[in-house]
Amino acid sequence: MSSPRPSTFLANAVRSGARSALDVLDEHLAVIAAGDDQVNAFNLVTTEQARHQAIAVDRTVTAGEDPGPLAGVPVALKDNLCTRGVPTTCSSRILEGWCPPYDATVVARLRRAGAVMVGKTNMDEFAMGSSTETSAFGPTRNPHDTSRVPGGSSGGSAAAVAAGFAPLALGSDTGGSIRQPAALCGVVGMKPTYGTVSRYGLVAFASSLDQVGPLATTVADAALLFDVIGGHDPCDSTSLNRPAPRVVSVLDDGVAGLTIGVLSEFLDGADPDVVARTRQAAEACAAAGARVEEVSVPEVALGLSAYYLIAPGEASSNLARYDGVRYGLRVDAEDNVAMNTATRSAGFGAEVKRRIMLGTYVLSAGYMDAYYNQALRVRTKIIEGFAAAYQRCEVLLGPTAPTPAFPLGAKTGDPLTMYLSDVCTIPSNLAGHPAISVPYGAGEDGLPVGVQVLGPALSEGTILKVAAVVEATAPPLARPVLDGGGRP
Amino acid sequence: MVLGLEVHCELKTATKLFCGCPNMFGDQPNTNVCPVCLGLPGSLPVINQKAVELAMAIGTALSCEIRPSTFHRKNYFYPDQAKDYQISQYDEPINANGHLDLPDGTRVGIERAHMEEDTGKTTHAGASGRIHGADYSLVDYNRSGVPLVEIVSAPDMRSAAQARVYVTELRAVLVAAGASDGKMEEGSLRVDANVSVRRSPDEPLGTRCEIKNLNSVRSLGRAVEYEADRQVVLLESGEGVVQQTRHWDEDAGRTVTLRSKEDAYDYRYFLEPDLVPLVPDAEWIRAVADTMGPMPSVRRARLVELLRDAGAVTEAQADQVATVVDLGLDDLVVAAVAGGVGSGLALARTANEAATDAASARRLDPEPYVALLTMEGNGTLTATQAKSVLAELLASGGGDPAAIAAAKGFEALSGDSLVASVAGVVAAHPDEWSRYCDGDDNDRKKLSGFFIGKVMHATEGKADGKAVAAELGRLLG
Repeated sequence: MSSPRPSTFLANAVRSGARSALDVLDEHLAVIAAGDDQVNAFNLVTTEQARHQAIAVDRTVTAGEDPGPLAGVPVALKDNLCTRGVPTTCSSRILEGWCPPYDATVVARLRRAGAVMVGKTNMDEFAMGSSTETSAFGPTRNPHDTSRVPGGSSGGSAAAVAAGFAPLALGSDTGGSIRQPAALCGVVGMKPTYGTVSRYGLVAFASSLDQVGPLATTVADAALLFDVIGGHDPCDSTSLNRPAPRVVSVLDDGVAGLTIGVLSEFLDGADPDVVARTRQAAEACAAAGARVEEVSVPEVALGLSAYYLIAPGEASSNLARYDGVRYGLRVDAEDNVAMNTATRSAGFGAEVKRRIMLGTYVLSAGYMDAYYNQALRVRTKIIEGFAAAYQRCEVLLGPTAPTPAFPLGAKTGDPLTMYLSDVCTIPSNLAGHPAISVPYGAGEDGLPVGVQVLGPALSEGTILKVAAVVEATAPPLARPVLDGGGRP
Repeated sequence: MVLGLEVHCELKTATKLFCGCPNMFGDQPNTNVCPVCLGLPGSLPVINQKAVELAMAIGTALSCEIRPSTFHRKNYFYPDQAKDYQISQYDEPINANGHLDLPDGTRVGIERAHMEEDTGKTTHAGASGRIHGADYSLVDYNRSGVPLVEIVSAPDMRSAAQARVYVTELRAVLVAAGASDGKMEEGSLRVDANVSVRRSPDEPLGTRCEIKNLNSVRSLGRAVEYEADRQVVLLESGEGVVQQTRHWDEDAGRTVTLRSKEDAYDYRYFLEPDLVPLVPDAEWIRAVADTMGPMPSVRRARLVELLRDAGAVTEAQADQVATVVDLGLDDLVVAAVAGGVGSGLALARTANEAATDAASARRLDPEPYVALLTMEGNGTLTATQAKSVLAELLASGGGDPAAIAAAKGFEALSGDSLVASVAGVVAAHPDEWSRYCDGDDNDRKKLSGFFIGKVMHATEGKADGKAVAAELGRLLG
């Protein structure tokens, strides 16, 4: 039993000349044109640039050369990844109209692999949110039920893959921003080990937690995309000096002999149908030959609190540069300080302002030790807690999010309730560990449920082969159907 | 007066601290910039290894402990700061606990010498020339991200004169370590001074004020004198000194308040998550030290030692030693003395003549230089002739001094022609000669000069003044 590889099939068809990259692109552009007014997955569809890329791929094939492993495969990019000459907004007014003069390293690697980049996807403003509702350009809607959120912050990328706008997308994950929307939209999403994918050109939210990762319809496609974007980058000092990953080759190794721990803290507080799906996935792994046991890592319960001190602290510094002096929005005022204030007041949304204020507070003299430094100590405790668990088992299993997709507006009035959406994903970011969300059927209301596989640093190969077994045993999930939308 | 100085030294690297842009003074504004030093969204810093090596060279030169270190972010809004934070070392600097010995023997403690990035440069249009009240401001980010080492002294200095000597000596050390071009006028070295006063050395330290914008050794001296006087007046009037950051106004010759302690910035320092700790191993530290030449104090001592071998060292010679070492010409003196030239002559020619074109002199092969001074020392050439040949050597970047002398027609006057020339001059000036014969020592000295001048004129400078004087003495009997 092996994970389906639609992107590999598509790329092979283009590489062999059986299909043209331009035809593949046009099909996807048609689906976007028919469906995105209902979903709002894209801030910008880069039709022109995408056509140029597709034509270049087709020419390469005609010339008898190999365009690469993603030849002609459409990829959607979260709008916090810098694209040379293409606006990059982070779904914020403050960056409206700004065109980066350079490509993020992951974007450059996609180009080299022959991918065709179809557009920039909507997100929570500066990746701060769990529902894509803090975007300055209106929320993205869940293709499975457009009255519901797609999750966030990479909601646009998850929805684009779920709606068939692109078979692959890149997101970024600071506290669950790839995995949680993947779960809510019924797609696969992985946050790699911190340092395995370059952050150069990823607009920073919280630098010690941010990591770029793949969203795809299948585990094998996510692995393929990870192999293309991963590997050392001399432009990122935190990039691990290791050879590029090659996880695709181990996908079908199965789980026989592995010990899988079901993480009890993640089951506490999750919806009963989410818990039921998680246990069902664990049983399926046991049936496939794994030893499954319940494991407790009490420290992960502290993750949410620590995260909401560390991430805003770093963000308050990372977002200082949006001051109206050099690029993006400027609201003129009588002097420089007034201009800074007016620009930032007009350019940032409420959630971003809330986190900048929180972060400024926790780093300020007299409070830093009680808040920020204490959170760093908790972070160390969480790493130690995971290390103890990984003495007993190779991977951990739990829900990705405590609930399926919730209605638009249901949590926007209460930030703390919204923050709880990331309770199961945040610990992996604090530890720098990889984790993947795999769709596992639907809950009682027919909405997708995601199961999460977590592992220690650099265990992508292991969590992916577990994810492949989870995927293979998952109950069927109806594909979303949009009004007037067909799928390529 | 109690003084501690913070000296910002721009490192002489080819590229900036965290990106590959040229580290170049004076280019067109905003031409040496990239996403990293402009702080564009998504850009990340990568440390320049050469800058780390120069920082370690400074630490070595100042006898510091070179330690594993980290970078922090210093957060504050200012338009010349591309990211609105500065990447700087904070509680774990690369160099700590060193010292600098001044020429007079005073030891000034070096608390730390840490790495940080420079900011851009703002020009404010408007009457004040300051950001407040400016019509508009222009920012040049060419300097943004230039590597700096900030050298923080202990409060070990007690006078403006000592502060001037400290900065002069530190500048020489930084140049000798290869870390700085030493150009204060281009802002390569910038000084902040912490000044306090107290009645006697037994009292605890007084409240200090920090003075910024000291761009020359002269400004530093004037500013700390002014500031110490200001504080004394305040204390004597019973007002007391308030801890402040003050700005030196060069034109007005006074310090003015920038901000007081109450409105000091809260920089919210935290560990820079985009960089990893810097952990230089012993081998790397040793390799850096191995590339460094001796420091100025050692080089001065070496010259003084050579002079002492030939007798007491005069004050003028001590100044010549300082000049020669400061200009990096001491190797010429050492080579000449090794080649048998007298140390006094070697030092004088180097400090007085070679120093006038120090850049050429530094490039000069010591061999012709030593040969020239040997010719002067043994009387083959007169001082005047030797200086002329030296000027030619420097201008053409080398050559054979004997050939140059011959081409200029500088043959040393033979003994017979010298005797004949002197006899001719004496015969032509009988009145002066009789006054010379009958006069006292003072008259003789004056008239000796007169006759030497005449002989020089008659021989077109080929005569040796000392030989003329000796012949006059012989004729006197």
